[in-house]
Amino acid sequence: MKNRLKVLRAERDWTQADLADALEVSRQTVNAIETGKYDPSLPLAFKISRLFEMRIEDIFENGEASK
Amino acid sequence: MMSNSKDWKDRVNKTTAHLAGWTTGWVITMAVATFGPTYLWDFQQWLTIIAILLNLSLGLGMIVAYIRHLKTQDEMMQKIQLQAMAMALGVGVVGGLSYSLLDTTNIISSGAKIPYLVILICITYLVSIFVNSKRYR
Repeated sequence: MKNRLKVLRAERDWTQADLADALEVSRQTVNAIETGKYDPSLPLAFKISRLFEMRIEDIFENGEASK
Repeated sequence: MMSNSKDWKDRVNKTTAHLAGWTTGWVITMAVATFGPTYLWDFQQWLTIIAILLNLSLGLGMIVAYIRHLKTQDEMMQKIQLQAMAMALGVGVVGGLSYSLLDTTNIISSGAKIPYLVILICITYLVSIFVNSKRYR
């Protein structure tokens, strides 16, 4: 699943560690989500959406649905 | 927003330290129960029973500490641990039964020993953790 996490994080001038701290996950997890290697659970996706004050679908793109 | 994170990190560090403490205690009591009868109390049965019960108690504590440690991990780390545990259990059951068959059918001369199975499970668990961590990197 593609996402705009890296861009949104860069816009706010946050490091991966900053974002990991805010989400209460490890930096490795943030990196895996950003690179699309790990898809977050729904609760974590909601947490990300609340943090960036954006809708989930504006952050995450369902690759299968767009095919 | 960082205060919650500090709490989370503190919880992870705390459960990790608890797990390390229980594991160390379990290993020490295992060594005492194994070598104590020979080197410390000359096979007095009641001391051996106490040593084994102490080892069992610390083992149970270690399991609880591990569950608590797992619960404080984030969801991706939990997934990595779960996959490693599934692999270790699978290899342990399949490998252990095959090893037992080799023994009961007399294909191997020496009797099947539990420590070999434990070593196999531990190595499988560690390799799985390493491989799965690399996969998400």
